[in-house]
Amino acid sequence: MQELSTDVLVVGGGPAATWAALDAARAGVDVVLADKGYCGTSGATAAGGTGVWYVEPEPAAREAAMASREALGGYLAGRRWMGRVLERTYDIMNELADSGSYPFPTGPDGRQLRNGLQGPEYMRRMRIRIRRAGVRVLDHSPVTELLTAADGSVAGAAGYRRQEGHGYRVRAGAVVLATGGCAFLSKALGTDTNTGDGALYAAEVGAEMSGMEFSNAYGIAPEHTSVTKTAFYSFATFYQEDGAVLEGAASQGGRSVIARALLEGKVYCRLDRADEAARAAMRLAQPNFFLTFDRLGVDPFTERFAVTLLAEGTVRGTGGIRITGDDCRTTVPGLYAAGDAATREEICGGFTGGGSHNAAWAMSSGSWAGRGAAGYALALGAGAVGRAVSPAGGAGLRPLGNRDADAREVIRAVQGEVLPYDKNYLRHGEVLTGALDVLDETWARLRSGLHGTGREVVAARQAAALTANARWMYRSALARTESRGMARRLDFPEQDADQHHRIASGGLDRVWTRPLTAVAA
Amino acid sequence: MIELVSPERCISCDKCIKVCPTDVFDRGADGIPVIARQSDCQTCFQCEANCPTDALFVAPQTHPQPPFDELALAESGLLGSYRAQIGWGRGRTPGSLRAVGPALGTAPITS
Ligand SMILES: Cc1cc2nc3c(=O)[nH]c(=O)nc-3n(C[C@H](O)[C@H](O)[C@H](O)COP(=O)(O)OP(=O)(O)OC[C@H]3O[C@@H](n4cnc5c(N)ncnc54)[C@H](O)[C@@H]3O)c2cc1C
Ligand code: SF4
Ligand code: SF4
Repeated sequence: MQELSTDVLVVGGGPAATWAALDAARAGVDVVLADKGYCGTSGATAAGGTGVWYVEPEPAAREAAMASREALGGYLAGRRWMGRVLERTYDIMNELADSGSYPFPTGPDGRQLRNGLQGPEYMRRMRIRIRRAGVRVLDHSPVTELLTAADGSVAGAAGYRRQEGHGYRVRAGAVVLATGGCAFLSKALGTDTNTGDGALYAAEVGAEMSGMEFSNAYGIAPEHTSVTKTAFYSFATFYQEDGAVLEGAASQGGRSVIARALLEGKVYCRLDRADEAARAAMRLAQPNFFLTFDRLGVDPFTERFAVTLLAEGTVRGTGGIRITGDDCRTTVPGLYAAGDAATREEICGGFTGGGSHNAAWAMSSGSWAGRGAAGYALALGAGAVGRAVSPAGGAGLRPLGNRDADAREVIRAVQGEVLPYDKNYLRHGEVLTGALDVLDETWARLRSGLHGTGREVVAARQAAALTANARWMYRSALARTESRGMARRLDFPEQDADQHHRIASGGLDRVWTRPLTAVAA
Repeated sequence: MIELVSPERCISCDKCIKVCPTDVFDRGADGIPVIARQSDCQTCFQCEANCPTDALFVAPQTHPQPPFDELALAESGLLGSYRAQIGWGRGRTPGSLRAVGPALGTAPITS
């Protein structure tokens, strides 16, 4: 067991984690960052790249930006938070350009285009920047549980260094969870490290979730492949097997038509609405979008190809750990959450944060959480790392009964309830109730019998996290007896003015939900 | 999924072992990485992007494929194509400098 101590421990390795680590270090504290994979390639941004909510500080432009998703999000976002995120994101993106560290392209008007980031380039440079700032980076070191002090505040974490084959513990003044969302190991691009671990660990110390009903995002990809980059499907026409156009199908505003058709048979696609200039520009903008086509030997502009929808859960959905302050604190002292691990309702309401908002949220919330955690650790003083700590992990680590459950079998059981379109995408109360019964029973089984040791600890904790996230999702989806944002119900197709509130959730052995009355201004 | 590690091209720099987010490779006795946990591969192409000698090939399918012929891949230009496109490697220009993109109309891109 390796023992470390620091002021701030950041858990994760994507944009939210690296901005948290950088801004904590800049606030003058000692920082350790522990990533499940490799900080720089791990997570949804590194593999996918992101458009960014970068809007010039002109009142009309900012106003239009804030208004653009308000209705789509069911009016659950808050103007004050949108304003803060737009401001912080603008500064961060300019810092990325001006410090010379990210090579932005030049637009037709001769000015740099700062509203997008290619994943590998962005995250490679963020790794360099945090190391220069003195952050200690632990790669391939998944955190497996939090540590708490006697007063219940979070005081560090424990994990496993899987390329070195031993456990480790970090005592810390404060912890930032930036572990990404939960995409249920669907193999959507870059999301298999995103198993909702942070939400499980947060719940184990008593933190709450919010917006978990907004968790049914699905990304389009060519059949049997991973690249769920979807922007360019705005140039697509979708077809049925017999070659007829699939009426109503579209990447935006018609994706459920695709889901419905996929339940019956195959759906084909062709990007036939792109002219020559657009085709060339697309290749330069998103080379990873074309990797699949080039390697399949398909010309997506002239040939029809079969498509699928891959679950992206709370990665492009918006639910996550509930935030209770401007510095991204949670309800538990010493614990902060950022990026997809946190709810993004503050700026997205109930709509997806894909395309721009999520990236802006990851960098802004990361930066605030890093500073907040640094301030908290500084206030605790040097004695913080000398506190007596106890481990908070339960399911998968400390079974209550016979050790007879298998992580892979648990994962398959959960996937059977959350990946199918007719359960999670096209939601109906009866189906959700049946699925939740299976998930509750799965939880009881794993809580009693799942036990990982050594490297298998990671798989066991992932299985527990997937199950917990799925239960908060469906419990929250059942609590919202209306359709709002992406949380649509076939049995309640209308928006209900009396349900204009967010829904908190939490609990492990017993899952609960609670309406949150006021939507923050 | 990751399908090919070319022992001829590989210089045993360990980069792919380090950067693979899902820890798919082990170091072989001869220093050449071994695809030890292919089923954990998330088809993210990060190993390929980081390999300095274009010794890796990630097939686009998310399930295992029949063996690929290295020479044919090299001739088709697919070996190392992602690394070339993002402009990584000596003497190349970062691909992000050219990432202007097409006009996408007035609707906000939401994913
Ligand atoms: C294909 C695709 C395209 C997208 N395009 C856009 C877009 O254009 N615009 C936009 O705004 N958003 C987009 N998104 C969403 C965006 O990528 C995410 O919102 C963003 O990556 C969130 O950043 P993050 O740092 O919170 O999480 P991630 O980037 O996912 O990083 C999470 C990190 O946490 C680590 N981790 C997980 N569990 C543990 C653990 N137990 N211990 C230690 N570390 C752990 C992972 O290894 C990973 O490094 C897209 C998503 C996908 C899948
Ligand atoms: S990155 Fe390439 S050269 Fe380096 S060990 Fe891996 S395959 Fe070999
Ligand atoms: S494609 Fe991604 S997950 Fe697969 S081996 Fe390469 S780096 Fe690892």
